[in-house]
Amino acid sequence: MISYFIKRIFQMVGVLWVVSIIVFTMMSFTGDPTYMMVPLDATEDEIANARMLLGLDKPYIAQYGIFLKNMLHGDFGRSFVFRQPAFGLIIERMPATIEMVLAAMVLSLVLAIPLGVFAGAYPQKKTSRGIMAVSLLGISLPNFWLGMMLIFVLAVQFNVLPSSGRGTTVPVMGINLSIITMDGLRHVIMPALTLCFSTLAILLRITRAGMMEVMKQDFIKFARAKGATFQSVLFRHALKNALIPVVTIFGLQLGDLIAFATITEYIFAWPGMGKLLIDSIYMGDRPVIVVYLMFVAFLFVIINFVVDVIYTLIDPRIRLR
Amino acid sequence: MPDIIKNNQDFWASEFVHNFRGNSSAIIGSAIIIFFIFLVVFGPSLVRQNPYDIASLELMDAYKPPVWLPGGDIKYILGTDGQGRDLLASIVYGTRISLLIGLTAMLCSSLIGATLGLIAGYYGGRWDGVIMRIADVQLSFPSLLIALFLMSAFGTGIDKVLIALTCVGWVVYARTVRGSTLSEKQKEYVQAAQAAGLPNRKIIVRHILPNVLTPLIVVATIQIGTFILIEASLSFLGVGVPITKPSLGLLVKNGFDVLLSGLWWTSVFPGAVIMFLVFGINLLGDFLRDELNPRLR
Repeated sequence: MISYFIKRIFQMVGVLWVVSIIVFTMMSFTGDPTYMMVPLDATEDEIANARMLLGLDKPYIAQYGIFLKNMLHGDFGRSFVFRQPAFGLIIERMPATIEMVLAAMVLSLVLAIPLGVFAGAYPQKKTSRGIMAVSLLGISLPNFWLGMMLIFVLAVQFNVLPSSGRGTTVPVMGINLSIITMDGLRHVIMPALTLCFSTLAILLRITRAGMMEVMKQDFIKFARAKGATFQSVLFRHALKNALIPVVTIFGLQLGDLIAFATITEYIFAWPGMGKLLIDSIYMGDRPVIVVYLMFVAFLFVIINFVVDVIYTLIDPRIRLR
Repeated sequence: MPDIIKNNQDFWASEFVHNFRGNSSAIIGSAIIIFFIFLVVFGPSLVRQNPYDIASLELMDAYKPPVWLPGGDIKYILGTDGQGRDLLASIVYGTRISLLIGLTAMLCSSLIGATLGLIAGYYGGRWDGVIMRIADVQLSFPSLLIALFLMSAFGTGIDKVLIALTCVGWVVYARTVRGSTLSEKQKEYVQAAQAAGLPNRKIIVRHILPNVLTPLIVVATIQIGTFILIEASLSFLGVGVPITKPSLGLLVKNGFDVLLSGLWWTSVFPGAVIMFLVFGINLLGDFLRDELNPRLR
């Protein structure tokens, strides 16, 4: 077990190192950031001077070395636009994104599992077929469009929910949270619904497939023969075994939720990390893009690791190697 | 498992066709796809206007609602956008671009992915390790984020979208093909070919490739839908296709800017078209998956 952990940590560091090379290389293709830093009427000398200050006159390898060294010292560069440390900008916006992703996660789990169990237990019922058709539609539908439709119906036509922003925030232990206020809750409903839809559809399909597989097995027949009610067999015996693939897919979906949060935040003007990324792409704010990518890569590596560990905990047949 | 490649003559009598006839979702999916193929091929000659021929636009007709609403014009069945472009015509041309990108990206990434998968699966060893390690690492990141990152470095353009989608998509093909190649490699016909002294390249292309084609087709069908959705998302964020070549995603974005003013038709229709197109592809893809390769999920 301990050797597994050590091996994984080395692997994770390796992956992050490769990501840093790719991110750095790609970003140096995007053009010279010097022109973003100097005034429009800067002379040749001033531009050359600025290039030197930014370290852009050095060879590529040396630039990468400085980039890596600074990052390992916790210095992720300053935003060209905000003139603030880029890492601080991301951290500042992280609670908003986490709030939205958490809300979407909870929503998708709460809806997907009961619906999936139902569709798996009674595959021939009309309702089940309806659920499956809607879930396929959920996979096919562009989620930015779903968000816009929600805005149009609930905010423009009926004016029942706010269409943008996070609402009132309350500081809790130095972190601004909005989800604990009524106003914040009202703001999070539409973004969370938009974000959760495709995850919901995928989890539902996995739950259903798992249930259908498990329900065929002998221990289910045995539990029924023993006299357990259908309900209790469904939720106690079958669901427990059908949930194993759901956990893995859910872990993978977490990454997708963070990725799609960028679009959802953009639509609902939600002040999170994703909106910061999109704004930074528009404005060519290279340091923020780099930090966002490195930070998200770090998150994904951790998430994958945790999913692998949880997987072995719930399914003893799988061993960590 | 029906082999649709070899038995051309009895194809129409095969189990595959029989199951297809009995499966309503497969029929609906194919009908949707055929409709869109028709739209893409003949659509431009059926609509009144070429939305990118500036001379044919009339600014006076900007933001006309669909024909069934008060103020609608019979010339513009689904209404117009801010430049007086017929929305129906824009959708027809946009569908062409979206579908073209989806298909081309599928071809490019399946070509690269299948080649790498065949090499990794057949030769094994170091190449296998390198290719599959890259695939593993890439799969742990969401494809939308990778594509978004690549596009932010490349800038907009159809060619750049294609490169980004190919970079994102090859992994799935490589994995699928590698898996099937590994199991095909163990079979007698490959060993016989090897014993007969055929060069490895010939064994791969002539013998293994035709036998791993079925799972490849299944993955490819579903991937077209995924590619169309990713392209739409990129274009919606303004980092996909250029404004001179608007895909469906970019049309939705243009509509988004005026949605709060209540001009809903400019975004509702293009988005609904994306949904139906991808829905059709997914319906057919689901059927193919269950039919041709029940092990794939």
